[in-house]
Amino acid sequence: MNLLELFTDLLGNTESSLRLFLPELILCGTILVLLALRIFSGLDKIPSWIVALAGSGLALYYAAPWVLLEGTVKSQEIFTGMLLYDGVTVFFRGLLLFFAILFILLTRVTELVQSEDDADIATLVLGATLGMCLMASANHLLMIFMAVEMASVPSYVMAGMLKSRRRSSEAALKYSVYGAGTAGVMLYGISLIAGVVGSCHLPTIAASLADPSLASQLPTMPLVLGGLMLAVGLAFKLSAVPFHFWCPDVFEGAPAEVGGFLSVASKAAAMALLVRVAVGFAAPAGGGVDVASSEPIVAPVVATAAFASQVEGAVTLTAADTAAEPDGLLGSVRYFIVVLIALVSAITCTFGNLAAYGQTNIKRLLAYSTIAHAGYMMMPVAAAIHILGEAAAGYSAAAGDAVASVLLYTAIYLFMNLGAFAIVAILRNNVGSEEIRDYAGLVQTSPGLVICFALILFSLIGLPPLAGFVGKYAIFYALVEGNLISLLIVGGLNTAVSLFFYLRVIKVMTIDPPPEDRGPVSLSLISLPGIYVTLITAPVLLLIIQWDGLVRMAQAACRALVQ
Amino acid sequence: MENAALLWLSVLVFLPAAGALFLMLPIVPRSNPEAIKRIALGVTLATLVVSILLAIPGMQESSFSFDPEAVNKMQSVFNVGWIPTFNIEYFMGFDGISFPLVLLTTFISVLAMAASWPINKYVRAYCVLFLLLETGMIGVFLALDFFLFYVFWEVMLLPMYFLIGVWGGPRKEYAAIKFFLYTLLGSVLMLIAILMLYFKSDLKVLAESSAIDNGQLVAAGLVTDAAQADAWRAEMKASEGARHTFNILALQLMGQHTELFSRPVFGEGGYSLQWWAFVLLFIGFAIKVPSVPVHTWLPDAHVEAPTPISMILAGVLLKMGGYGIIRICYPICPEAAFDLAWWVCGIGALSMVYGAFAALAQKDFKRLVAYSSVSHMGYVILGIGVASVMYGGATSYWSMGMNGAMFQMIAHGISSAGMFFLVGVVYDRVHHRELDKFGGLFGKMPVYSGLAIVIFFAGLGLPGLCGFIGEVLVVLSVWPFSKTLAIISAAVVILTAAYILWTLQRVYLGPEYKGPHGEALTPITAREWSIAVPLVIFAILFGVYPRAVLDYMEPSVSQTVEDLTQWGKANNFARDDSAEGEAAEVSLERRAEPAAKPAAPAANREARVNRPPDHNLVRQ
Repeated sequence: MNLLELFTDLLGNTESSLRLFLPELILCGTILVLLALRIFSGLDKIPSWIVALAGSGLALYYAAPWVLLEGTVKSQEIFTGMLLYDGVTVFFRGLLLFFAILFILLTRVTELVQSEDDADIATLVLGATLGMCLMASANHLLMIFMAVEMASVPSYVMAGMLKSRRRSSEAALKYSVYGAGTAGVMLYGISLIAGVVGSCHLPTIAASLADPSLASQLPTMPLVLGGLMLAVGLAFKLSAVPFHFWCPDVFEGAPAEVGGFLSVASKAAAMALLVRVAVGFAAPAGGGVDVASSEPIVAPVVATAAFASQVEGAVTLTAADTAAEPDGLLGSVRYFIVVLIALVSAITCTFGNLAAYGQTNIKRLLAYSTIAHAGYMMMPVAAAIHILGEAAAGYSAAAGDAVASVLLYTAIYLFMNLGAFAIVAILRNNVGSEEIRDYAGLVQTSPGLVICFALILFSLIGLPPLAGFVGKYAIFYALVEGNLISLLIVGGLNTAVSLFFYLRVIKVMTIDPPPEDRGPVSLSLISLPGIYVTLITAPVLLLIIQWDGLVRMAQAACRALVQ
Repeated sequence: MENAALLWLSVLVFLPAAGALFLMLPIVPRSNPEAIKRIALGVTLATLVVSILLAIPGMQESSFSFDPEAVNKMQSVFNVGWIPTFNIEYFMGFDGISFPLVLLTTFISVLAMAASWPINKYVRAYCVLFLLLETGMIGVFLALDFFLFYVFWEVMLLPMYFLIGVWGGPRKEYAAIKFFLYTLLGSVLMLIAILMLYFKSDLKVLAESSAIDNGQLVAAGLVTDAAQADAWRAEMKASEGARHTFNILALQLMGQHTELFSRPVFGEGGYSLQWWAFVLLFIGFAIKVPSVPVHTWLPDAHVEAPTPISMILAGVLLKMGGYGIIRICYPICPEAAFDLAWWVCGIGALSMVYGAFAALAQKDFKRLVAYSSVSHMGYVILGIGVASVMYGGATSYWSMGMNGAMFQMIAHGISSAGMFFLVGVVYDRVHHRELDKFGGLFGKMPVYSGLAIVIFFAGLGLPGLCGFIGEVLVVLSVWPFSKTLAIISAAVVILTAAYILWTLQRVYLGPEYKGPHGEALTPITAREWSIAVPLVIFAILFGVYPRAVLDYMEPSVSQTVEDLTQWGKANNFARDDSAEGEAAEVSLERRAEPAAKPAAPAANREARVNRPPDHNLVRQ
């Protein structure tokens, strides 16, 4: 292959890739326009939020998640295998862009920023969204790292949005220091894996792991270490225990709106990334993926083979144990992933729910609730890999459906948590406090808002007939299908435990008498914030009537994920 | 037929919810609580009318039918897809087991709404929650899809929490959260059982089974008529993989005619799936019933709840537990029911005795009535439980026990709702419930006291009143099974008489009232009178003419029992070592050929366990 051929090949590949990359391109363009508008006098009169809204709306139009209703999206690698365009990409990109629109509207409704900062927040939101879209479609370890950083850096700035507030700056600092630390660890892990396997390309790694002839040569210890370090980076984004410490502090310090952004968009992207990494390592691509890259399966560095024989005796997951298996290391890798995710999810879920019990600040409470929900959402990923491991043929559809329950839950979670944070922000503007006790007796003066908040909180518990039940049901369904009964029991008990702290908020608002030192807080639903909250709450209440479409979308998105 | 059923049953379930939505509209005057209560009462009345229209045979197409062909089957069944990806269906219908309970629900709801007039705090929210509660209750009794059943079951939870927590007494928050937590725990267990059953269910096995004829497929709502049954079977056989279902009736067929649920869950030698499912479901339902030892939420909830909510709680909500056990636990998990029969009976008897003794010790009028509920619902559990001991034996005893349990549920619905209402009447006047501070009410409120004495005697189980029939049927059916249990359950009647007579004596008799607010003891108003009198009338009517209820329920109950007896015979289940004396003779006499050789249960178990492995999942 001469240079010219390579060049034309690359050009053709890039050209076809760009078409599938259009939503991200539009986001980039919008960011540039936003920045340019402020340079020229006269043009800076154009409100940034309208430009941002138009840009993300256009991007959503081209991202077109509704095509999933019509059938599966053919999955193909773009940009020589750096990114993967498939149903999951389409689903999460649609979700993230839709959330960006809702979030920009929320910042207007709650008047988060002064007009001069308007362009800043719009730029940051779109930048973070861009990074998150890349997280959802990453197919290469380096891409994963870059996408995570691209999503994180704007988030750090957003956490410190309220420049005059010390708590806000403190939150931003904590977040960025913690983020930088975990990013470093993750990068180290990536380099270990890349060094051992000889590639950063996820399908190539999976194929190497599955190759029985290579299995005995791959050193296990660096692989395990690399996997754990990569998991550290993911756990930070997911706010999974034990990398959750930033979450309550950042949520408490940052404005409620930004808390909503971190809790929904960041979490959704991290879930997408977890799915990508877990499924990417555990399921070697079958015939379904159009492998655009011509990257050959690189043989492992021979030098490491000698090292492998030394550590074999030391680690439990030895290559020798698995050498006989026809799947190479795949069985061990799957087992490793299932145990890791199951353990972390069970601990995260339980810890989040227990810690939320003692909170007095609503934002801290919602932060712990976010942590707990991350635990719930991780469970079906373990189930999916477990199904792959048990693995008779024909089970791949079940694994795909298990992952689909994550997508379904994420979509429902978007409305629940955005609604919760929006109400907290609106109440902050009117009550002037974010302490739960200051919400006492709100039902007497603002019944509509309290009903919406109560519905959202009940939905977070997972009570029928609210949407949260649908999500939780789908997750439990996946757990039974994946035969992870112990996780199911953990999830069930957690549901009962979580009742306490959500219900306490509702109790304070409805049953407790209002404090005497608080002025009347009267918020009608017939006002801009009221209408916004109503529109966000409506899907939470009404989804139960017909949720087949959403399930079908999620399942269509995941059908091609596992072959 | 199906369309009419779809329309009527949907109206019946969702009419109260629609009323609640209407009340939330801004056009309803906020400042006029009287009008809001009237509208809510109107909605409950309209729902009652719909249910009565369905109760009178021939009134319209989907009314209850006494046609011998139809009377013991599910009637007015409709089945529309809801969430096809998860095989969830909007599937409802009624039979003699559920329909009387639906009528009870709509009837008690009207009375409870009428009893809500003294409520003056947040009237609109109260009425909205009340109506949502009614939708949930009716839905539970009509749903035949397990998922739908679960959704309705949980829908009641939220309104109930607020109704106790906002409008309740001094310790309302504690009572409300306790109620919520117990019920939620029960329903989480139920959800786990539902999913376990769902994933082991397989319509394909049902389609391939030769033991199931086309009529049974139609009765289970799987096909609309027998002509399509063969096509359906062919379709099922052609499909790949297992065809899971939430259809309760299909799950019943699977539980009774296939071995889908008989495999151990956790490795070989462990308990079978149906054992686990039975235990989980039974705990969930027992919490609702409530049975000792998971009854402790009930006295708190009752004491703190406002009067109308106590009426609903005692009159309807508790019945859902019993209904769930009859409709779901026993038919789906017959083998587990057989194995655990002694446990169930023991829990029933324990509840009866414990509830009665606890009632004797109470000083609070409402708490006393609450514990009497625990005791009375024990009869229901015992009546259901005793039956399963007779598998393969005397059908008639079992049938009697289950009929007694069902009758007891209706009778208790009438008498306990009445008792709570009557306690509420005096509480509204004197604002206390301490039994020791009452006395002499007969002199001040003669009409009220007369009505109260009838209702309390109905609760006592005096012959000629509704409480008697259920209790006597249960006690009679226990006798051949275990004389000890029969004597215990008969002795509870004496305890019941003791606490009720003692209460009547302390509250209504005596020379004069010496407690606080004596001046407020005025004769009952017309509104209160018109709530109490229908209850009294039904308490007497069901006592002297029990067939008014039994005609509806008996064929369906007997059919359920017959199915399970057939199952017991087919699988060589019999319990001759546990039955003593007369019972053993009866069961020996009636046992079919399999018992010709005296087969000890242990041998039977052995035979079941050692079935050849190539057995194709179907019991021939």
